[in-house]
Amino acid sequence: MLRYTVRRLLQLVLVLVVLSLLLFLWLRSLPGGPVTAMLGDRSTPDKRAELTSVLGLDQPLMVQYGKFLGRVAHGNFGQSTGVAPGDSAIGVFADRFPATVELAIGALLFALVFGIPLGYLAARRRGGWLDNAGVVTSLLGVAVPVFFLAFLLKYIFAVKLGWLPPSGRQSPDIDATRVTGFFVLDGLLTREWDASWDAVKHLILPSIALGTIPFAVIFRITRSSVLDVQNEDFIRTAEAKGLTNRTIRSRHILRNALLPVVTVTGLQVGALLAGAVLTEKVFAFPGLGEALSIAFTKKDYPVLQVLILASATTFVLVNMLVDLSYAVIDPRIRTS
Amino acid sequence: MTDGTSALPGSGRLRRPGAARKARIDRLATVGGRSGAPGAPGTPAATDEDTADVGVSLLRDAWRRLRVTPVFWVGAVIIALFVLLAVVAPWIAPHDPGAQLLIGQTSRARNSIAPPQAGYPLGGDTFGRDLFSRLILGSRQTLLVGVFATLIGLAGGLVLGVLAGAFGGWADTVVMRIVDVMLSIPSLLLAISIAVLFTNPNLTSVIIAVSVVQIPVFARLLRGQMLAQRGSDHVLAARALGVRRAPIVFRHMLPNSLSPVIVQATLVVATSIIDAAALSFLGLGSQDTASPEWGQMLGEAQDRIDSHPGLAFWPAGCIIVVALGFTLLGESLREALDPKNRR
Amino acid sequence: MTLAACANSNRDQNSSSSSSSQTGGAATGATGATSSADTGAAPSSGGSTSSGGAATGSSGSATSSGGGGGETDGTFIFGAAGAPSMFDPLYATDGETFRITRQMTEGLVTFKPGTADVEPALAESWTTSKDGLTWDFKVRSGVTFSDGTPLDAKAVCFNLDRMYSQTGAGATQAQYWSDTMGGFKGDTKTPSVYKSCTAKGASDAVVTLTRFTSKFPAILGLPSFSIQSPTALAKYDANDVKAEGDSFVYPAYATDHPTGTGPFVLTKYDKDNNTVTLTRNENYWGEKAKSKTLIFKIIPDETARKQELQAGTIDGYDLPNPADWDDLKSAGFDVLVRPAFNILYLGFDQKNHPALRDLKVRQAIAYALNREQFVSSQLPEGAKVAEEFYPDTVDGYTPDVTKYPYDPDKAKQLLAEAGASNLTLNFWWPTEVSRPYMPDPKAVFTAFKADLEAVGIKVNESSKPWNGGYLDGVDARKPDLFLLGWTGDYNTPDNFIGTFFSDPTSRFSTENAPWGATLSKALAAADSEPDDAKRNAEYVALNKQLLGEYLPAVPISHSPPAIVVSSKVQGLVPSPLTDEKFAPVSKTS
Repeated sequence: MLRYTVRRLLQLVLVLVVLSLLLFLWLRSLPGGPVTAMLGDRSTPDKRAELTSVLGLDQPLMVQYGKFLGRVAHGNFGQSTGVAPGDSAIGVFADRFPATVELAIGALLFALVFGIPLGYLAARRRGGWLDNAGVVTSLLGVAVPVFFLAFLLKYIFAVKLGWLPPSGRQSPDIDATRVTGFFVLDGLLTREWDASWDAVKHLILPSIALGTIPFAVIFRITRSSVLDVQNEDFIRTAEAKGLTNRTIRSRHILRNALLPVVTVTGLQVGALLAGAVLTEKVFAFPGLGEALSIAFTKKDYPVLQVLILASATTFVLVNMLVDLSYAVIDPRIRTS
Repeated sequence: MTDGTSALPGSGRLRRPGAARKARIDRLATVGGRSGAPGAPGTPAATDEDTADVGVSLLRDAWRRLRVTPVFWVGAVIIALFVLLAVVAPWIAPHDPGAQLLIGQTSRARNSIAPPQAGYPLGGDTFGRDLFSRLILGSRQTLLVGVFATLIGLAGGLVLGVLAGAFGGWADTVVMRIVDVMLSIPSLLLAISIAVLFTNPNLTSVIIAVSVVQIPVFARLLRGQMLAQRGSDHVLAARALGVRRAPIVFRHMLPNSLSPVIVQATLVVATSIIDAAALSFLGLGSQDTASPEWGQMLGEAQDRIDSHPGLAFWPAGCIIVVALGFTLLGESLREALDPKNRR
Repeated sequence: MTLAACANSNRDQNSSSSSSSQTGGAATGATGATSSADTGAAPSSGGSTSSGGAATGSSGSATSSGGGGGETDGTFIFGAAGAPSMFDPLYATDGETFRITRQMTEGLVTFKPGTADVEPALAESWTTSKDGLTWDFKVRSGVTFSDGTPLDAKAVCFNLDRMYSQTGAGATQAQYWSDTMGGFKGDTKTPSVYKSCTAKGASDAVVTLTRFTSKFPAILGLPSFSIQSPTALAKYDANDVKAEGDSFVYPAYATDHPTGTGPFVLTKYDKDNNTVTLTRNENYWGEKAKSKTLIFKIIPDETARKQELQAGTIDGYDLPNPADWDDLKSAGFDVLVRPAFNILYLGFDQKNHPALRDLKVRQAIAYALNREQFVSSQLPEGAKVAEEFYPDTVDGYTPDVTKYPYDPDKAKQLLAEAGASNLTLNFWWPTEVSRPYMPDPKAVFTAFKADLEAVGIKVNESSKPWNGGYLDGVDARKPDLFLLGWTGDYNTPDNFIGTFFSDPTSRFSTENAPWGATLSKALAAADSEPDDAKRNAEYVALNKQLLGEYLPAVPISHSPPAIVVSSKVQGLVPSPLTDEKFAPVSKTS
């Protein structure tokens, strides 16, 4: 297991190096650039040339990449030029990472809390109204564009009904103490319950919007895998042996049906990161996704580099964790 | 069984780094929705061997089952209507979708649009163009996006997957490293990254951005299938008979790998249409003012949703229905083609 | 609605009294109450017109609650569209940064609320020599920076010298200085207008210039030229800007310790929650701010800003989409329309297409555009068709110029005369952007494309993202026709037509026209003419030539941008320069 982990990590480094070079070349081939973004409609050819040379953007690409690697070796990924100018790109990532993690956890919670029980129930009563309703919902969930759903939710529950805040992470007039950057957790740690509650309220709508697709997928996987498992021989055997329904349910069906669910949940992390770009934009939620969409419009190269590399890293790491978690759920893997 | 595909989360999983994720894609696409549980203990054997021996019988078998599935018919009818609409759109659209016929009743600045009226059943959009005609002609561009994105993704995946799966060895390693890098970026992010490369966003750039994302998925899917085929009896037999590599690949391995690919392709059409809408929402969609596309229409109507919900709801409804159609068709195909259901 | 009404009355006032560039002093207290004993009339420069030191009354009527009402310890939350770059206005160029630093720092002069007219701020008054080269600013006494350092003439000169002696990365970032003053210390290519500043005693800062410019002293009211605490500037290495990789690294002064004399001070910039919090400066020399806390909540998405306002989680935001004005108004919000101090134009690039070097072709295009219909159908109410390259509140505006009413027949006839009936032009328009002068670029393009096609001009459409190829391409002189504009920084003709046409190699490629160099020289000459009357006459003549003989671009429209606040908010005076001060703003609960 250790050898496996080390090997996966080495592979990750390789992927990151290749990706960073691709990214670097890609960013520099984009039309426009940070100079244009900084000057806006005040730009003149003279100023443009001056800024370009001060920033060293007129040097050959490989020289620029070499300098970039040199700075990266010192942990310096550059300064943000558009998302939070004056902050370091790593700082932007650090500030916004907890936001996106909170949102992703919220979305996954939503998907798991509703997806697994509903999927299980749907399978146990196959063909019932719950099953049909669940299947239709899950199919619709995949067919509705995330941003449209987010917009509808916001419009109905925040603007029209006023039940929940329309955007952001926390009301600005709450003077919350920051400890970890995870607002909900911070509130609990500092016993500022109102801050925690406020952060939770800000999370509800975006989590639902972002969690719909994972919900649909998890629902379907749970349902189909419960359907499969309950037809397996060992369940029939268990039933024949006269085990109580409860034991069969908890010890055999759910446990065995869970494996594909874990797999799929892991696979959804990538989808979550991508969906976060849309959801965070709609809800002006200051997370990585929003930073990314601002960075694209404002041509914030350093932030783009850090964000894309980081999301690739997260994606790979999460997948590794999922692989490892098989070992926990399925004992046969541990032995091999 | 040299690959992770074979023995899902079974033995050998930890031997090959990354095998799990690769396997998951394969499996998800092959059998996921219906039977994510071939990995369930009891049946560690994969479906690949079964699919290996498919032929006409499987197709006939599948059709026999499809025929009685209402889900399939709903999906098929939606898609048939959609394609029909796209084909005849120019003839049935009452007006030119690019002409600002209702500009007199329109002011973008004052947020007034033309209401429904005789000849214009849905009224105008914010540029005074006939919304109804735009919706009808939008089907055309939307179909183009869905179909071409899928075809390009499929073609790219086919090349990579065949290279890797049929030859193995270093070709496999190189191709799969590329695929790994592509897969390490979340799909929409990759699409955005590609879309911003184009200085002049148009329908083609959207199609390319959306399709590139699908290449690694198809590649991985095909490779898994091909690898499974390589060890299968009929391929071994052909090889023993001295058949050369190319005929083996194209006559035996490829055709037998296609059924999960077809399922995946059907689902990808829906994904592509939705992804294209997302790009439009992010301002990276087609800027072509004359030829409408549903995703583009929806993306542009976002900020008018509270004052003129129709502008967003009509294209959104169309996208949802069509995406649903392809999803239903894909899912029912998947179930029908799943050999486990041949009981 | 009282505020909106007031905005209109301001504009009227403005237009009637704006012909003198050096409008004298006015009461500074925004409510018109006599809060400051130092309110004085500034003597205007020798011989030039001067209007007396009348109280502005600009917001006395607007603040319905007068001076006393409103919650004095409340929190005012404003929705900002983007993050500030940092807090040292010298290095900033963007509105989001300035909106925040405006509340914390002040300049020697400022602009009368609701107008673009200069009035005293940290300088109580000033005198100038006849040649306009020596300026004696009387520095207000009894003012301290928020770190306790007293304001005196030495502090003023320290600041001006600091701006003048920027080097390296700092110089590239101090753009307002290079835009208005020319170069920095030691720059021989573009010598600076600024020569020196000497402190005579505690209260006299004597500034000398190398040549006269009509911009002075108005430019001293720009946020970039605010006077900041010399102690803090030195302590936190304010000049230590570094270029690194793709970006700039700012010193601690700019990121954490901005220190000015303004009514608010920076408390924190919470990057986790995207909010900037300012607190009332209790030692402010003038009337203290009405709100105890001023919060800028950064909400990059336009629709999200609107919905936050509707949900009551913010109290106001800037630049509401004109399409939302009616909705917002009917929902009870105060949409405060600023006087339109901007210009949108259709630029001709004479570099690539030879036909565009023919005046008749350019005039034909001007006649072909149905600007009246465009303005009435696509621009917010209050927008006007532009006849010249700046609004009529700026000096040198004359009604007596060649006008180009919509006349497609004349356009066709002119095209035929020029032998350019089969014209194909590359028409560029930007995406991913909304500017105050151009809220909706797509609408502009769509309208004009149809107009051009109607007179037989073929249009090659090219849309590019604003930062992703549009500005680059326009500066690289790739298009034939392009859409661009400008929002005035201060009230001089030079800020408009000087910026556009001074450089013959600019995006208009006037170097290809026989009059390009002449125009450039004439603009420079007019700017450095110290005599007001003569200068005005020169600008009038220039405007006539620009519209009648040169036509390097077609002026399209002046479009009023707005700022919207909830109905509980009083005391916000919309400014044509977007120079809104939040100190007099109060909120009833």
